[in-house]
Amino acid sequence: MHNDPSEFEAIIERHSSEKQYLIPILQDIQSQFNYLPPVALATVSKQLDIPMIDIISVASFYNAFSLTPRGEHVVTVCMGTACHVRGGPKILEEFERRLKVPAGGTTENKQFTLETVACLGCCAIGPVVVVDGDYYAQQTIGKVESVLKKYASKEKNNGKPREN
Amino acid sequence: MASHAKINSAEELKKTVDHHTALRAADDRVTLTVSAGTCGQARGSLDVIASLENAIQEKGLQEKVRVKVTGCHGFCEAEPNIIIQPQDLFYQHVTTKDAEAIIQETVLKDQAVETLLYKDPVNGQTASKESEIPFYTKQNRLVLGDNALIDPTDIREYFSIGGYLSLAKSLSDMTPEDVIETITASGLRGRGGAGFPTGKKWDFTRKSKGDVKYIICNADEGDPGAYMDRSLLEGNPHRMLEGMIIGGYAIGASEGYVYIREEYPLALKNITRAVEQAHEAGLLGENILGSGFSFNVKVYKGAGAFVCGEETALMQSIEGKVGVPRQRPPFPAVKGLWKKPTNINNVETWANVPLILDRGSDWYAQIGTESSKGTKIFSLVGKINNTGLVEVPMGITLREIIYDIGGGIPDGREFKAVQTGGPSGGCLPKEKLDLPIDYQSLMQAGSIMGSGGMIVMDDKTCMVDVAKYFLNFLRDESCGKCLSCREGTQRMWEIVRNITEGQGKEGDLVLLETLAHAVKDASMCGLGQTAANPVLSTLRYFNDEYLAHIKDKKCPAGVCKDLVEYFIIPDKCTGCMVCARVCPQDAITGEKQQVHILDQEKCIKCGACYEACKFDAILVE
Amino acid sequence: MIKMLINNLEVQAEEGYTILDTCKFYGLEIPTICHNDGLSNYGACRLCLVEIGEGTNTKMVSSCTYPAQEGLVVHTDTRRVLETRKMMIELMLSTAPGSKILQDMAAKMGVKQQRFELRNEECMYCGLCVRICAEQMDARAIGFQNRGYQRKISTPFDVKSKECRLCGACMYICPACQLRCQGPDAETAICSGCLDMDPTCVDVYDELQCWMYDAGECGTCIRKPSEVADDIEEPKEKNA
Repeated sequence: MHNDPSEFEAIIERHSSEKQYLIPILQDIQSQFNYLPPVALATVSKQLDIPMIDIISVASFYNAFSLTPRGEHVVTVCMGTACHVRGGPKILEEFERRLKVPAGGTTENKQFTLETVACLGCCAIGPVVVVDGDYYAQQTIGKVESVLKKYASKEKNNGKPREN
Repeated sequence: MASHAKINSAEELKKTVDHHTALRAADDRVTLTVSAGTCGQARGSLDVIASLENAIQEKGLQEKVRVKVTGCHGFCEAEPNIIIQPQDLFYQHVTTKDAEAIIQETVLKDQAVETLLYKDPVNGQTASKESEIPFYTKQNRLVLGDNALIDPTDIREYFSIGGYLSLAKSLSDMTPEDVIETITASGLRGRGGAGFPTGKKWDFTRKSKGDVKYIICNADEGDPGAYMDRSLLEGNPHRMLEGMIIGGYAIGASEGYVYIREEYPLALKNITRAVEQAHEAGLLGENILGSGFSFNVKVYKGAGAFVCGEETALMQSIEGKVGVPRQRPPFPAVKGLWKKPTNINNVETWANVPLILDRGSDWYAQIGTESSKGTKIFSLVGKINNTGLVEVPMGITLREIIYDIGGGIPDGREFKAVQTGGPSGGCLPKEKLDLPIDYQSLMQAGSIMGSGGMIVMDDKTCMVDVAKYFLNFLRDESCGKCLSCREGTQRMWEIVRNITEGQGKEGDLVLLETLAHAVKDASMCGLGQTAANPVLSTLRYFNDEYLAHIKDKKCPAGVCKDLVEYFIIPDKCTGCMVCARVCPQDAITGEKQQVHILDQEKCIKCGACYEACKFDAILVE
Repeated sequence: MIKMLINNLEVQAEEGYTILDTCKFYGLEIPTICHNDGLSNYGACRLCLVEIGEGTNTKMVSSCTYPAQEGLVVHTDTRRVLETRKMMIELMLSTAPGSKILQDMAAKMGVKQQRFELRNEECMYCGLCVRICAEQMDARAIGFQNRGYQRKISTPFDVKSKECRLCGACMYICPACQLRCQGPDAETAICSGCLDMDPTCVDVYDELQCWMYDAGECGTCIRKPSEVADDIEEPKEKNA
């Protein structure tokens, strides 16, 4: 897929090839390609003169990075304490059942990646689910299907958060 | 344009502030202040703003009415809410449909829209003003209060409430030592966790030898259930920034970093903008306000790791490395970021600084208790009527926060516990409700202040499940270096998981407690040293619940899946078929208007029927 | 020179010494797994814990990473220290139950049984291999990946690394890879049998890795030293 080092060199240039910019560079690659392609890591390793293993250590340590391609839509279920006591785990289970993947997985058709997050800091409106940056407040098991439908049918909602 | 031309001296700044304060006072337009923090936006406040603006336009009221978009006001339960001045009205749960009525009734006729007024969930009384709502009356919103006054995207708005005057005062009238003395005398302690005296910390770094020094704002607010730092950065980023610049001057630092977690996109945007604006206005950069002091701030986005809230791990992360905490000593004040003396404080601590310099340390030190001064913002969440951010003087009791401000537990259920301090904290039972809250008292009770998360739990919350939840969080968020923390949290989680699955054995609790103490003792950083608190505090106060799981194989709260079953109560079932429709397993059968039957063999205990039933006919036991 | 107190004994440490260095210098034995004199200090195994401070204000630190400091009060053998070390070794054994080094150490500390569900990962994540690869072999072929309970040691993408020269240093230094031991009792038992083992059986040990087909073919390690002494007196009869 993404095998052209020059694509990544451009991203590196936006920062600087100093070692301290490793994380911001990886963040940019992740946001542009939705994962960290191996060629990208090799390019970064060469340009920043950081051993490959150290880059892998960083990339696998932080939640923001993924070493395998993510789905077209990323569903993030908040696992914060407030969401937890209001039934967050049940919402996650429902997503797992409907998407047929465990948390952290990507559906076979590469449409959805199901992720969890420690806390989004929107504790008042929990349980919270975020799909591609859109916040869905006060989720229930019953609402899960309709949230997924919105994205499965590729219907656009102008990127605006909305209450569900 | 939100930017401001360069201000060259303290005098000029004072003039600028006077100018904008006067403009604010002279503005006699009707102001509709809409809260639009992340929670507000998630509840549709942006749509509300658009429809209000439409309605204003339609009526041709642009000259007379304005919509002011602010950050979060803290009363999250009421989002989206609107404060209307000069009528002094508070509207809650506003939707796009209400825009018309607000303009028509309130703006044009000065009449309140009854349906939008606050109704007390306990006594049903209506309140039309913010000041009449019990949620606000016991608070002392010294730090958070300004959120409701200003548009966080515009530095001039901050000027209009006296912004950056404390910086001007520090730079022109005080020596760095004076500033540190004032902060020390105020008794301010770190608001991020351990509560280290801020003045003392600054003094260490100031006295530390080094050509280059750094200061850091820790905005990696990772405790699940705490979001006051997000709210401050979203709603009033300049205030935190002003605190940092003052700190930089006092400590002798040339550069500052704001390390903010990536899960807070709006806060990231607002603080980044604030830094740019401060730069343009000459409040950052070379020779600030002609004082000879130069200081710059960089905003650094975290990459998602709870442990990076630990100060040395955070520094590792800024250096582009894995967030594994470092051995202390050497302490950051001696060898911090890039081995240079570094001072780190969290958002709320920095945001307190301008206030202390403005009003003086004596004034500040009279708020709070003997050992803990000032106010603290708590995020009151979970099973509570008035969810939101509450800012209260130290020393207030848990009961006052939960019942007087929080309005008690919803649905008439019973209070069981309150969890404070995030994953490093503990769960406190009913008996501790009258505990005056400060750093010491919470520690003695087996919890900590932490960053101020306060999660209320009712009788439907299983404390063993809560312990399992935190252990699961910690075993994943531990950096994994220390054996005690990595393997210890994993093993504690396994034991507690087994207990919640009905596999608990005699002796489990002894092993759990021994292990918990070992993890506490043996780990290097704060994460590991406090990782056992959720277990130890639940073992201490809720031992019965553990025993019920182990001996009787029962979950008294009806939460632990393997220990409960779902039943249909025949007397209550109306045969509406709703549960049968939502059941993903087709485990519920029955004819219309006949009592339904739940097949235990097929039931996966997903809870869909319980949630869907409108007649409370599903029993979980 | 830095002056401090270790176990109420006045000692002197050189600038740059850790507590562990100082203890070693004075011949005080402190157990450790992840420390090696040829490698950087790491502080992962938490076995070398000591208690510092006085009165009620004490805390435990890993002696291998904590710098010697003027006036520091150190205790290496308090009850708290010993009990915590026991728990640490028990935790280590639960993921590397076959390590003879760990088993012997555990037996010596008086640990009889390990109580956690076994995970035969044969690794306690001490990082000796990672450090020897980077610091002594200058290869950086392996490293830590992930975090928390998912932490692992591997090469990039878990495939053979270009940087790896197959030098074997990682295996050489590993406290779990070498000298596998599976005692005669239950998997979770710490038998202590071979703690005083006479090294005469090492040939057999290497060959069979002490799996000891029917438990006791060699027997050196499960018999008490006195019995071993008997054997040595009459070796021929035993072998006949």
